[in-house]
Amino acid sequence: MKYQSQAVAKPYFIAAIGLFVGQILFGLIMGLQYVWGDFLFPEIPFNVARMVHTNLLIVWILFGFMGAAYYLIPEETENELWSPKLALLMFWIFLVAGALTILGYLLVPYAKLAELTMNDLLPTMGREFLEQPTITKLGIVVVALAFLLNIGMTLLKGRKTVVSLVMIIGLTGLAVFFLFAFFNPDNLVKDKFYWWWVVHLWVEGVWELILGSILAFVLIKTTGVDREVIEKWLYIIIAMTLITGIIGTGHHYYWIGTPEYWQWWGSIFSAMEPIPFFMMTIFAFNMVNKRRRNHPNQAAVLWALGTAVMAFLGAGVWGFMHTLSPVNYYTHGTQITAAHGHMAFYGAYAMIVLTMISYSMPLMNGRKAANSNKSQVAEMWAFWLMTVSMVFITLFLTGAGILQTWMQRYTDTPISFMEAQSKIAVFYWMREIAGVVFLVGLLLYIASFFIGRNDPEAVVTEKVAAE
Amino acid sequence: MTETPSPTTSMDDHARPPGDLAIWIFICAELLVFAVFFASYAFTRANHVELFNEWQQHLNRNYALLNTLALITSSYFVVRAIAAIRDGLRSTSLRWLLAAIAMGALFLVVKSMEYAEHYSQGINLRTNLFFMFYFSLTFFHFMHVLLGMVILGANAAILSRGGYSPENHRGMETGGSYWHMVDLVWLILFPLVYVMR
Repeated sequence: MKYQSQAVAKPYFIAAIGLFVGQILFGLIMGLQYVWGDFLFPEIPFNVARMVHTNLLIVWILFGFMGAAYYLIPEETENELWSPKLALLMFWIFLVAGALTILGYLLVPYAKLAELTMNDLLPTMGREFLEQPTITKLGIVVVALAFLLNIGMTLLKGRKTVVSLVMIIGLTGLAVFFLFAFFNPDNLVKDKFYWWWVVHLWVEGVWELILGSILAFVLIKTTGVDREVIEKWLYIIIAMTLITGIIGTGHHYYWIGTPEYWQWWGSIFSAMEPIPFFMMTIFAFNMVNKRRRNHPNQAAVLWALGTAVMAFLGAGVWGFMHTLSPVNYYTHGTQITAAHGHMAFYGAYAMIVLTMISYSMPLMNGRKAANSNKSQVAEMWAFWLMTVSMVFITLFLTGAGILQTWMQRYTDTPISFMEAQSKIAVFYWMREIAGVVFLVGLLLYIASFFIGRNDPEAVVTEKVAAE
Repeated sequence: MTETPSPTTSMDDHARPPGDLAIWIFICAELLVFAVFFASYAFTRANHVELFNEWQQHLNRNYALLNTLALITSSYFVVRAIAAIRDGLRSTSLRWLLAAIAMGALFLVVKSMEYAEHYSQGINLRTNLFFMFYFSLTFFHFMHVLLGMVILGANAAILSRGGYSPENHRGMETGGSYWHMVDLVWLILFPLVYVMR
């Protein structure tokens, strides 16, 4: 760690991992409710579990992004963070607001929560992923502004690199598009139309810039490849991301009452969205192959490569599967969507945050470059357990989705939704088992921070073959 | 990137493909997007030949022809700019490059006039399938001309600061390659949308 203030990233990362555990626990509860409908009813109804599962995901990823920025920006700009105190204050505000919101979901009926938080003054609640009370949303805006101020001021007084510029563009975009969470037109078509400006333009737009910049940063650090080369890749990746991703929003506009041209625009542009992810995969493997040194933190390199592959598969391939409008006509809102959502979020965003944590945590804990061998072995086991089980979760949900589409939609004799659900229950059971393995992997991941703590740092023994 | 500067400037010494490899990956990705667009156009047209032929009459081919000439000329100017820098003629090179950008600007002006005419006739994206494709394709290309001009503009800025030399002008080749791609796409778009019946 080169600058003292980078250490503010640590509480952000710890909170991120804690919320991640919560997300997975609620995922398991919900997964069980798919096949055992009364499980934990009426204490935790399915809709509440789902809300907690998805909201925790978003919040922990945001914690991860902020932590990543607080670590990355000082190092890239070569100076201390503008205000570490502000960063810590915002951490506590965000954490408390997040926790209260989740408790609100769990302890009070949603309508009551809306009443308590005076939603009627500025109604923004009741929409998927944006369920947070308006006051929480305002809190998110305050935290985001303070965060951008902090990062922006640090950037202004220091060295400007492509990596940090791409990151701040991504983070600014994240904040700007969130403002559409406050836009809640009465017209349902318009409501959905702009709702996607938050949801889609986040995950298939500006978040990809954040992902690209973190990946570039970790690759620069761990491979020793020239910054110039890595930056060039970053440029073309973000250019393709924006060219395909912005108009690609159209793949959400097929059936909501928008003009017909969205069928074409959505299909053509979103069909191209795998390209930047494919470039990212080639980029990551190329850089690691061209490495000038073997970094002792092999776990971080594994996470970085894993991100590139899983993001391409989850976001790219699984997204492509159902993105063309004639296909989506049948698959819309089936388990195929759920399969895509799981692998894309894990592969692109969960993994990039874990990559950054893997690279930076040892340094923030006072190590010179990496954790001990023992710790890294545990972490790599955790990587494989989580990643492989996520692949299985995705495959089982895809199987469920294909059958669901087939029996319920693509047939002359369609059966009802619930009947189709009961026929694919076996896939849900297998998904639940894979989910348990995922939790085991996550717990092992947490354990890896404590395993081999007092052992000496891992060192590089072999030389780089390429040189 | 390891690059061996060569003292001579004969064509044979230049790497193939010219410019940075990264831009070629980008160019291929861009061409793929256009290819999908063109193919969608072709398949849709095959199912609605009469509609497409009828509405194609509403396009102004004179504008399009003028624009084709503007882009071909600007590509030629880029070639002259790179030839000039290879001969070490920096200010000549800059003039060619600025002329190329001016031709790009001419394209944008003419295209905007064309759009304005359509809108004044009440024709827009939702008029029919043909115009949906016409507006989508040409506007997507329009944005590429704009991006190409930004890249050439960056080249011109570096050139005016003395950033390129006969030995090292890879950035200009990179920008030039992208610009030729934008030109090439128009050369397919023009006959496909305006002329072919």
